[in-house]
Amino acid sequence: MGTLDSKAPSGPLAEKWTNHKNKIDLVNPANKRNIDIIVVGTGLAGGSAAATLAELGYNVKTFCYQDSPRRAHSIAAQGGINASKNYQGDGDSDYRLFYDTIKGGDYRSREANVYRLAEVSGNIIDQCVAQGVPFAREYGGLLDNRSFGGVLVSRTFYAKGQTGQQLLLGAYAAMNRQIQRGKIKSYTRHEMLDLVIIDGKARGIIARDLVTGEIERHSAHAVVIASGGYGNLFFLSTYCMGANVMAAWRTHKRGAFFANPCFTQIHPTCIPVSGDHQSKLTLMSESLRNDGRIWVPKKLEDAQAIREGKLKPTELAEEDRDYYLERRYPAFGNLVPRDVASRAAKERCDAGYGVNKTGEAVYLDFAAAINRYGTEKAYTSGIKDPDATTVRKLGEEVIENKYGNLFQMYQKIVDENPYKTPMMIYPAVHYTMGGLWVDYNLQTTIPGCYAAGEANFSDHGANRLGASALMQGLADGYFVLPYTIGDFLADDIRTGTIPTDAPEFDKAEKDVNDKIARLMSGKGLHSVDYYHKKLGKIMWDKCGMSRNATDLKDAIKEIAELRIDFWENVNVTGSADSKNQELEKAGRVADFLEIGELFAKDALERNESCGGHFREEYQTPEGEALRDDKNYKFVSAWEYKGEPKDAVLHKEDLVYENIEVKTRSYK
Amino acid sequence: MKLLLKIWRQKDASSKGKIVDYPLNDIEGDMSFLEMLDILNEDLIQKGEEPIEFDHDCREGICGTCSLQINGRPHGPDRLITVCQLHMRSFKDGDTIVIEPFRAKAFPVIKDLIVDRTSFDRIQQAGGYISVNTSGHTVDANAIPIEKQKADDSFYAAACIGCGACVAACKNASAMLFTSAKVSQFALLPQGRIEATERVQNMVRQMDLEGFGNCTNTGACEIECPKGISLENIARMNREYLSASMKG
Repeated sequence: MGTLDSKAPSGPLAEKWTNHKNKIDLVNPANKRNIDIIVVGTGLAGGSAAATLAELGYNVKTFCYQDSPRRAHSIAAQGGINASKNYQGDGDSDYRLFYDTIKGGDYRSREANVYRLAEVSGNIIDQCVAQGVPFAREYGGLLDNRSFGGVLVSRTFYAKGQTGQQLLLGAYAAMNRQIQRGKIKSYTRHEMLDLVIIDGKARGIIARDLVTGEIERHSAHAVVIASGGYGNLFFLSTYCMGANVMAAWRTHKRGAFFANPCFTQIHPTCIPVSGDHQSKLTLMSESLRNDGRIWVPKKLEDAQAIREGKLKPTELAEEDRDYYLERRYPAFGNLVPRDVASRAAKERCDAGYGVNKTGEAVYLDFAAAINRYGTEKAYTSGIKDPDATTVRKLGEEVIENKYGNLFQMYQKIVDENPYKTPMMIYPAVHYTMGGLWVDYNLQTTIPGCYAAGEANFSDHGANRLGASALMQGLADGYFVLPYTIGDFLADDIRTGTIPTDAPEFDKAEKDVNDKIARLMSGKGLHSVDYYHKKLGKIMWDKCGMSRNATDLKDAIKEIAELRIDFWENVNVTGSADSKNQELEKAGRVADFLEIGELFAKDALERNESCGGHFREEYQTPEGEALRDDKNYKFVSAWEYKGEPKDAVLHKEDLVYENIEVKTRSYK
Repeated sequence: MKLLLKIWRQKDASSKGKIVDYPLNDIEGDMSFLEMLDILNEDLIQKGEEPIEFDHDCREGICGTCSLQINGRPHGPDRLITVCQLHMRSFKDGDTIVIEPFRAKAFPVIKDLIVDRTSFDRIQQAGGYISVNTSGHTVDANAIPIEKQKADDSFYAAACIGCGACVAACKNASAMLFTSAKVSQFALLPQGRIEATERVQNMVRQMDLEGFGNCTNTGACEIECPKGISLENIARMNREYLSASMKG
């Protein structure tokens, strides 16, 4: 076991980033033209990094498995992006955003990184507006804000329920400008299969052209991994179908430490599972908790009648409803952080109060908001004594204007009208706070290999606050990496092009080909999805919203067995030298079967509850998470040593100099 | 329900494709259309046959990856959704469903139901951006107030997901709705006015180079667009283009 140096600069918190930027090495513009950078993934982090690095003058190659960079799953982020602009004058500041993020993450993130994130957040909004991102505006023409969970200010900028889409299209547009200039070469329908290390430095990747099946070598002076999170190992999640951990995991296997793999975000408001055929889960944005009230029936018999279809939720009197978040957490109410809201929903459903057929759903109700907005709208429209129908109609219009696309999505999937009857929601896997360990410069433990966005572990601790993923992705890509990567590349101005015929490339390519051949030669008993679903069930049942040592030990064993079964018996149809979606899936599931075990091992090792990591053995009498700061105030960073069970733990101690570590309370 | 699926199979870009029949039983209304195809594929894999390849990713109607022509209509019978949001409750027992890729000269088939839409990317690369650098050192975001109506209209144009349904719906395979949505997003904002002339010229030139057809105002694109992108955008682009041509 070793300890890790975060390389966070010394000095006062608010001056760290400026001082650091002033001290790190730069590469002059003429020399940048001689330096190549590979960026894997083209979501908010990868897309923005690629655009900025190319604009600075580096030669950039981007890789994405999708048919266009514009389709990365950042596009599905709905609610918004945080920034400490304090446009609302409600007491926001860089410090408050920093504080909220550390507290929201349950004191398991690095102070210096989080402060930097808060510090650059305002610039992100300036940048995006300059790029033509059409954020929501007020009638006066200025930008509008809304609130998200875990905070007491309105700092979230948004574009209806499609904020991620608009920000990603902004980054994609910035990329397009550089593609047109010839500074970015974009490889779409390509997947990174391995990292190539020469003389201890990341110098290239092996990629597969997903259309032709060709295995390609690409060299560079530095490699940026921005390939997103690994939540798809649960099979059912709000991730896109193709989301995978391949780039990050293969990087880990080449020597990059993997941090906090068990820190996963289970989002409280998703559309519940409807049956065995289900292939993915759909999120209903956290922004809905601005106006929606979450409840279940107070009486068990009412819950049962609802499940059996004998009672409608709208028929239940106000006093028979349990608004359990407002009851348990009066200060934050429905806007508690995601981990808290998810666990509270599970607690009620486990106790028998669930409201759908399977008993795994709670209500998200807009009736009160429709009434409130309708009344206000009637008054401002000059209707002094409005009747109930008018209020309802006007209120529904306001709600439609705010959340229309989400309501439409819900209606299409569930076949119920959420304006008339409350939505049914249940928690689902949504984001992974864990990821490749990076230092303050976003460099992994492999020199020259960087990780950005959800692929790294850096800023969200044990729980991410809503609307902070977009902020972090763009902060890393636009404003952090372009500075810090120069510090490494300053030594490479005379290196010249890295040759792809080096023996290290030969070796990596051979490894990749061997692995593909093994996948293609399974006995053909079961499909790739069969294994993926089995893994997902183990993960959800034993490593999900709450965990205990017995289950985690079982999970480790079961995953290891499933992995052996997979490699012997998987059925990958078609051939490796053509378009083959089964082969693509097989490679991804093979990695999930490894990281799943490390995930469980990490959860077992962390004998405390913090944020999204809830160990049943460690809770307060009220059922809240019980942290152990004395023994676990550190980042777990795992070193690959062959099988996941042999991974070696390294620790980065978390030092809090500017914030008092205390018990998180939203009561 | 019981269905007969008639699905386009094509080995690769250079092979000839054909429609193949697949009967399928026990489909429930709550399944999504793509989950129905997942079930068919699982059956095919069990039988040792190659599953049907189709593009899909987010499965929540925002990434624009899925692209199926169902009974002759892009994204199928329902309005304002993508295929991945289509549910089997829109069909009934005994239905025959014809599933083809989006058809257009500028969207060549890669395999089965997958087409190559990189022509859309090249149109965007020709000018679908505002040429500011990404240093973050611009003016404060609130320094330029923008009329709410204009900002909202810009947003509605920007909501295009680049799926290509407009092209697949058009008898001329025109990409006017797609291109005009991006032109409009920027034309409506003060930040975008600065390069408006060059932008519309460059994007329209690239659109023509890619082999998309002309617009004859049938309006099929607007009807089939899963995001409800309005025909007004085409009118706006035509005005922008005309005014750009007069400026030279």
